[in-house]
Amino acid sequence: MSKITSLADLKKKREEIKTGLDIRIKAMDPESVVQVKVAMATCGIASGAKAVMEFFLEQLERRNIAAVVTQTGCMGYCYAEPTIEVKLPGQDPVVFGYVDLKRADQIIEKYIKTGELVDGIIPVNYQSIDDKKE
Amino acid sequence: MSKYSMHLLVCGGTGCHSSESDAIVCNLRDELEAKGLTDKVQVILTGCFGFCEKGPIVKVMPDNTFYVQVKPEDAQTIVEEHVIKGRKVTRLLYKDPVNKEPVSDSKHMGFFKKQLRIVLRNCGFINPENIDEYIARDGYMALGKVLSEMTPEDTIKEIKDSGQRGRGGAGFPTGLKWELARKNQSDEKYVVCNADEGDPGAFMDRSVLEGDPHSVLEAMAICGYSIGASNGLIYVRAEYPLAIHRLQVAIKQAREYGLLGNNIMGTGFNFDINLRYGAGAFVCGEETALIHSMEGLRGEPTVKPPFPAESGFRKKPTNVNNVETLAAIPVIILKGAKWYSSIGTEKSKGTKVFALAGKINNVGLIEVPMGTTLREVVFEIGGGIRNGKKFKGVQTGGPSGGCLSEKHLDIPIDYDNLVAAGSIMGSGGMIILDEDDCMVSMAKFYLDFTVEESCGKCAPCRIGNKRLNELLGQICEGKGTLEDLDRLKNMSNVIKDTALCGLGQTSPNPVLSMMENYREEFEAHVVDKKCPAGHCRSLMEYVINPDNCVGCTACARVCPVGAIKGERKETHKIDPSICIKCGSCKEKCKFDAIFIR
Repeated sequence: MSKITSLADLKKKREEIKTGLDIRIKAMDPESVVQVKVAMATCGIASGAKAVMEFFLEQLERRNIAAVVTQTGCMGYCYAEPTIEVKLPGQDPVVFGYVDLKRADQIIEKYIKTGELVDGIIPVNYQSIDDKKE
Repeated sequence: MSKYSMHLLVCGGTGCHSSESDAIVCNLRDELEAKGLTDKVQVILTGCFGFCEKGPIVKVMPDNTFYVQVKPEDAQTIVEEHVIKGRKVTRLLYKDPVNKEPVSDSKHMGFFKKQLRIVLRNCGFINPENIDEYIARDGYMALGKVLSEMTPEDTIKEIKDSGQRGRGGAGFPTGLKWELARKNQSDEKYVVCNADEGDPGAFMDRSVLEGDPHSVLEAMAICGYSIGASNGLIYVRAEYPLAIHRLQVAIKQAREYGLLGNNIMGTGFNFDINLRYGAGAFVCGEETALIHSMEGLRGEPTVKPPFPAESGFRKKPTNVNNVETLAAIPVIILKGAKWYSSIGTEKSKGTKVFALAGKINNVGLIEVPMGTTLREVVFEIGGGIRNGKKFKGVQTGGPSGGCLSEKHLDIPIDYDNLVAAGSIMGSGGMIILDEDDCMVSMAKFYLDFTVEESCGKCAPCRIGNKRLNELLGQICEGKGTLEDLDRLKNMSNVIKDTALCGLGQTSPNPVLSMMENYREEFEAHVVDKKCPAGHCRSLMEYVINPDNCVGCTACARVCPVGAIKGERKETHKIDPSICIKCGSCKEKCKFDAIFIR
């Protein structure tokens, strides 16, 4: 890994990463890439998020769905762990709570394959720093 | 199977559920079926939107139309107008409270979203073990900006102007703390991150470290540049293995990129960070005790002054900040002091993360602007009290804080208002209590904790808290008197005035605030020898109501000590001298024949 030696260098790196991510996604058929994020903080893991993440990694590949599965931190919905966020191409991300293996299977079969929503949706209820104006 | 082109999301939270959201779902589905649209439009019940005040809510996706106070009979209009003709049903749209205009979609309902995530901006968004994802979200840009465009004085001024106050509990202004550390000349200084989160029920620091460790590293480097330090230490609880692992990964990646180490970004600034593990003592969250623990000494506090800014770790000037304080620093630098100070109340700027726990529906982490009311936090974001029980109080600030009652629900939460109400902000743990919680037992619970965690160095804390705890124990057992309540109060005030450190000075807070806000409950314990919440075992008696008892023998069979006697099909009786008040009989009885007296 090369060192970052100046602020300009960091900015360049940021752009590279941003476009790099785009390229990675655009290189494939944009309509077929699904992004799944599994909340893997202590609360999530304690409720079985690891098994859920492995399930997605294994099953999405086995069911031939082009997808990126990553881990992330706590989304704050500790009452509904394990929680995952699924982003279908061109759509707003959807957060699902209480994702056990059975629901994970439903999410793949219904939401990811056909766009049909399944139970356990947690509506977005916060503003990000980009939304907040002075 | 064809793809759905539209989704109707109906809120299924407790509030909306009780105002017939189920019927809305049924009616919408019936309407769609009648119009032959079931394979195009899907109706789904979701979790709470946090807008219970205007429920029931129906949200139409993908156009984000937000309908409020929907009635089951509105289903037909929604389907005929919105779904089929694509026209929004104006009368159901949310109206802006200021200009009374209908708001067409939820993206324009800025204030509807009660939460604003600054500290938690990346938690649950990026992969914490991948520095690139942090950089893509403007990570380390604030450090770059500070190192190449700002002097240390500029940086401190920016933080001072932002009005940020320490999130560890006491609320000391961050910029001022940095300035003091900068002023003290020394060949070496230290930046310490206090990640010794010890309040029962608070877990925001852990979540930040697990979800966004780089934000803390970046802020520590900014602090190092500002005060003139080249060494950073994170004092983290050894009980947080995942947080430690993610910090280690993050430090390694930052070093590989040259964002920690020598000559950061070619500016000649050197800064590195190492970890120190704490064994989980509550008192080590106090900064002098924390520093002693890092030096390998006993984790005991010392009298301030000297403050750590003059003589801290290894007798060098040291700046100690909490995780949550640090995590907001990069945003303050990038967005500016003016932006940050536009959020919050007059004397408490920015946002605060709260950990909701106890008898609340949505247990979890939330981040709201300072000045949000307790009612909004508990009943809107938190989704209200579990199992439809009645709200009784909220313990804020953990064992150092106080319990706020129903009359405090509408005060805007900030440092000063909480102190005025007899509590403290503390680290932001909120434990919600319902009608089944006994306040005397709660006070004792927190005292149990402080007695356990007292380091024993000063007498008021070591002996005083122990005596307080014993008195509370007696009251719970029905052996207390009215004079005991006065003794509790006097002793609490003495401990507050004379204890050495923050732990002892704040430990009587729960007792004092609970006696203040729930005086009648304490009196019931000592005068009537009753526990109104039905919690204190010594003060209750299980009795069988002969009118309801059918003599099924279920209670007698489940009783572990054989205290229930009675023939089949005849009224049973509990012998109070044998009964251990375990409550098994009451749970087992199908006829509601057993009650507590």
